[in-house]
Amino acid sequence: MSFGPAFHKEWLEQRRTYRLLIVAVVLLLFGLMSPLLARYTPEIIRLAAPKGEELIKLIPPPTAGDAVDQYLKNITQFGVLLALIMTMGTMSLEKDRGTAALMLSKPLSRTAFVLAKFASLALTFALSLLLAGAAGFYYTWVLFGPLSLPGWLGLNLLVLLFLLVFVALSLLCSTLTKSQVLAGGMSFGLWLTLSLLGAFPRIGDYLPRQLTDWAARVGKGGGLVSLGDLSPLIDGRNGSFWPALAVSLGLIVGSLLAACLIFKQQEL
Amino acid sequence: MEAIRIEALRKRFGSVKALDGLSLAVETGSIFGFLGPNGAGKTTAIRILTGLARGDEGRAWISGVDVMGGDGRTARLIGYLPQDPTFYPWMTAAEMLDHVGRVFGLAAAERRRRTGELLELAGLAGAAKRRVGGFSGGMKQRLGIAQALVNRPAILLLDEPVSSLDPFGRKELLDLIEGLRGRSTVFMSTHILADVERVCDTVGIIDRGRLTVQAPKKDLLEKYAAPVFAMEADRGQETALRSWTESLAPAPWLDSVVFPEANTVRVLVNDPAKAKLELLASAVGAGLVITRFELVKPTLEDVFLKLVSKGGN
Repeated sequence: MSFGPAFHKEWLEQRRTYRLLIVAVVLLLFGLMSPLLARYTPEIIRLAAPKGEELIKLIPPPTAGDAVDQYLKNITQFGVLLALIMTMGTMSLEKDRGTAALMLSKPLSRTAFVLAKFASLALTFALSLLLAGAAGFYYTWVLFGPLSLPGWLGLNLLVLLFLLVFVALSLLCSTLTKSQVLAGGMSFGLWLTLSLLGAFPRIGDYLPRQLTDWAARVGKGGGLVSLGDLSPLIDGRNGSFWPALAVSLGLIVGSLLAACLIFKQQEL
Repeated sequence: MEAIRIEALRKRFGSVKALDGLSLAVETGSIFGFLGPNGAGKTTAIRILTGLARGDEGRAWISGVDVMGGDGRTARLIGYLPQDPTFYPWMTAAEMLDHVGRVFGLAAAERRRRTGELLELAGLAGAAKRRVGGFSGGMKQRLGIAQALVNRPAILLLDEPVSSLDPFGRKELLDLIEGLRGRSTVFMSTHILADVERVCDTVGIIDRGRLTVQAPKKDLLEKYAAPVFAMEADRGQETALRSWTESLAPAPWLDSVVFPEANTVRVLVNDPAKAKLELLASAVGAGLVITRFELVKPTLEDVFLKLVSKGGN
């Protein structure tokens, strides 16, 4: 399938075009800042806001849970933006510039071409989350006390899965068109649609956004295994996160499959 | 065995017929010049041969392997240079060739050796570690040739290979192509007739998606080229020269007229004996001062213009 050479090129591109550096630095900054913001926001309000002393009495003292929430909010918001921006041109630009035609006239399969792009982006986000997670874990520990390491790892795994949904969807959009702008527009459109649908209680339970709620509970020490117990899924009880996980994995696999099939039909 | 065979190939883009029943055969080891005016279907035919596009009807083979299946079985047999080769701008020239070597499954030592050889061959050894994004059009074209040769292809498909090269670069590239004679089959599309005349041994002329003619270059010149009278009028008589050629239209011996320069005309005829008698007299009678009148050997350009103009272009 010639995945190896395709991945080698994609991974070199991630490093050479500073994509890895940009994603890593942005996520690392939010990893560092989130516990700090959670810890010092009340202090900032007290010092900066008029009647800050009175306001601060209304705000409960910050906890490690606030740091986890802050981390999740920042990493997922900016992570999704980065996922869309870094992915939207990856196929469309190669088709538009002609590099895809040059390389695909050689024994390089179109499936390998698409999957190598996804794999390199997944590695970029995984490594960046590792850095951001390490920074967030350390500062949360220092500022708020001990935190469950397996829980924190579980949180970051779920965040990675959540971000990969948008990498896969954006890759599909990029496969559909030669225009990077159009691919970007479609990707942002899908993100908005999923975000809006996620706000509906019943539908939202089945959408990727639910993974971040799961991540929050796992990160706060709920335990990855107990929360992910299969019984709520089997019983069909509300509050289970497994359907959202299945839908997210389905979106990733489905998008990649669709991208490969569509790309195979396209003329270059 | 034939290196390339195309049978009744058709391809439409909306209402435009890019290929309209194209059929041709290229002998192994030959340098085939695929000639045609812009929009004739040359690039479409090559894209189908590379597997990057699909024909609507008809069939095509590379070394006997069907290319219409779209499974890329012929990819190891060919080297392909697109019309305007583009590369990853962040890669160096050496990295680009190494990447192509990886795709062909070459071992690391072989890739290093091949990259060095090809950079030398393409005259890019000094730019091996420069990023391709900063290359000139000519350098990209030469890197394009180098990448097409990485796998020592049995068949080389070149789409307008010298279009963006300066005369020096053109000469170098044509020498390189000539050097491949007997080792690879070269299928080269172009509209630069002088280049075809110089390196190709077989010529196929395509016009509006159909093959007008295919023959060894020598046979083509003998069979299709009408005798040509090259005439040059005095400076300042350009308008009078044009008016006079228009007045020749009813002459039964006239085939066609081409103006290489404003005061020069090439008159293609079908009866040189009659034309010799009437042409000069007619020109002098029209008040033209003729400074050159010569019956010359027809060129491929004359054949091309004759065949393509017959098609109505």
